[in-house]
Amino acid sequence: MARSVTPRRKMINTGLAWAIGLLIFFPILWTILTSFKTEGQAIASPPIFLNFDWTLENYGIVMERSNYMRFLMNSIIIAGGSTILGLIVAVPAAWSMAFVPSKRTKDILLWMLSTKMLPAVGVLYPIYLLFIQLGLLDSRAGLVIVMMLINLPIIVWMLYTYFREIPGEILEAARMDGATLKEEVLYILTPMAIPGIASTMLLNFILAWNEAFWTLNLTAVNAAPLTAFIASYSSPEGLFFAKLSAASTMAIAPILILGWFSQKQLVRGLTFGAVK
Amino acid sequence: MATKASRSAARMMMAPAVVLLLGWMLVPLIMTLWFSFRTYLPLRGGDQGWTGFDNYVRFVTSSAFWPAVQTTLVIVIGVLAITVVLGVLLAMLLDQPMWGQGVVRILVIAPFFVMPTVSALVWKNMFMDPVNGLFSHLWRFFGAEPVSWLSDAAMPSIIMIVSWQWLPFATLILLTAIQSLDSEQLEAAEMDGAPPLKRFFFIVLPHLSRAITIVILIQTIFLLAIFAEIFVTTGGAFGTRTLSYLIFQRVLESQNVGLGSAGGVYAIILANIVAIFLMRIVGKNLDN
Repeated sequence: MARSVTPRRKMINTGLAWAIGLLIFFPILWTILTSFKTEGQAIASPPIFLNFDWTLENYGIVMERSNYMRFLMNSIIIAGGSTILGLIVAVPAAWSMAFVPSKRTKDILLWMLSTKMLPAVGVLYPIYLLFIQLGLLDSRAGLVIVMMLINLPIIVWMLYTYFREIPGEILEAARMDGATLKEEVLYILTPMAIPGIASTMLLNFILAWNEAFWTLNLTAVNAAPLTAFIASYSSPEGLFFAKLSAASTMAIAPILILGWFSQKQLVRGLTFGAVK
Repeated sequence: MATKASRSAARMMMAPAVVLLLGWMLVPLIMTLWFSFRTYLPLRGGDQGWTGFDNYVRFVTSSAFWPAVQTTLVIVIGVLAITVVLGVLLAMLLDQPMWGQGVVRILVIAPFFVMPTVSALVWKNMFMDPVNGLFSHLWRFFGAEPVSWLSDAAMPSIIMIVSWQWLPFATLILLTAIQSLDSEQLEAAEMDGAPPLKRFFFIVLPHLSRAITIVILIQTIFLLAIFAEIFVTTGGAFGTRTLSYLIFQRVLESQNVGLGSAGGVYAIILANIVAIFLMRIVGKNLDN
């Protein structure tokens, strides 16, 4: 927005915005800083900001002691697997709803979204029982299925809003020019659909990575991802600030970076394009 | 454009998603309903048969029910009030010309990507710990007695943690909405001599109403189900037991599946009342 303001005004805006931005970011910054301190420095009074002996010791201890790599792998497999599986189911569905709409398309879309409103805690025990029966409790496969199902409505909706923006005229023009179905899909539809699919993938990976209710309740040792691993630090012996910080930093860093890249899609994805 | 063949192809393409979601919705829902009418104690005799509406009555009349509903509402309304008011102000600030706008935006939205278990633990230990937390250092620096936040002021603490997590979401959505505001209209109002407050209430706020509604409704859905933050901070103690958490305790901790299931049905009804409003708004948007 090209509004002209005085340099003074711009300076005030900048100062105020940076102060608030840093205040909001501070807990994350503090966690990252603390992860490089020794335990003694982490709880020093008054607190130490930058003049401490930077150490990687905490990262080493967390990795070694708690088998961090397994939790990380579980997070990657559960978030990644459920996203891919979700896309395989959702792309054809969203595609057909966007390009062959019927009178019931809107009802189906709204119904899908309504399954998202089902409070998880209301159906926890049935899922728990089914998982015991099927041998899925504390398994990666079980978590992949649950994550896929809870995110499926969002995947379908996001893809639907993206696909609907592909203009039908382009397809028709290509057909007039004698494009075969294969050419149509390969050279026209796929390039136009890929950005939407990519942002859907990104957002769903983030949602699945951070989801905590089902992972806390359906995993114990084998399939526990980072969300559950971090929660184990809430036990009394978890008052090791530096180690907690190192573990937290390792759990949030990948998704923080992904999230920053996808902030625009986040708005569209989470409001289904209702806010422009 | 749609022929008969393409229509049946479309149905085939939709089938897997529809069937999966239908199963995911109906199977556990029917099981929950079934359990809610039975005395079912997995560790104390298992399924002991039909009890009619006993569980429903017991759940509502238990002394924990109304406080849990109240706690849920206080958290939802508190977080909504904080995030919407601060979100509007912050979005308006971030819309102004400044240096390093992109970086500030990244700083502001970061908490949204922090997993709830991490943010709850970081706040609990590194900020709110009564001995070593940063707040206690700050309090002592000003000569005040440190507060043990999560036991003495448990609700404000939880609301603060959750607001920190959701403020970025509100800000981001509202900022997107503000950026679509027609600046000519604002300038015209300014030239006509409308004071800033009037411009805010008669132009900016009405323009944001749709975005605010969406923020409120989406956050409500998530806040009604809030779990991890309570699980790792207070475990439902000190008056922070929400309806969801109460049901979780009945089902998994005290292993009374029948009673918990009845609570689950109440929670589903509550969530659906909220959902109906959301559907209306999203549905309207679908038409244009």
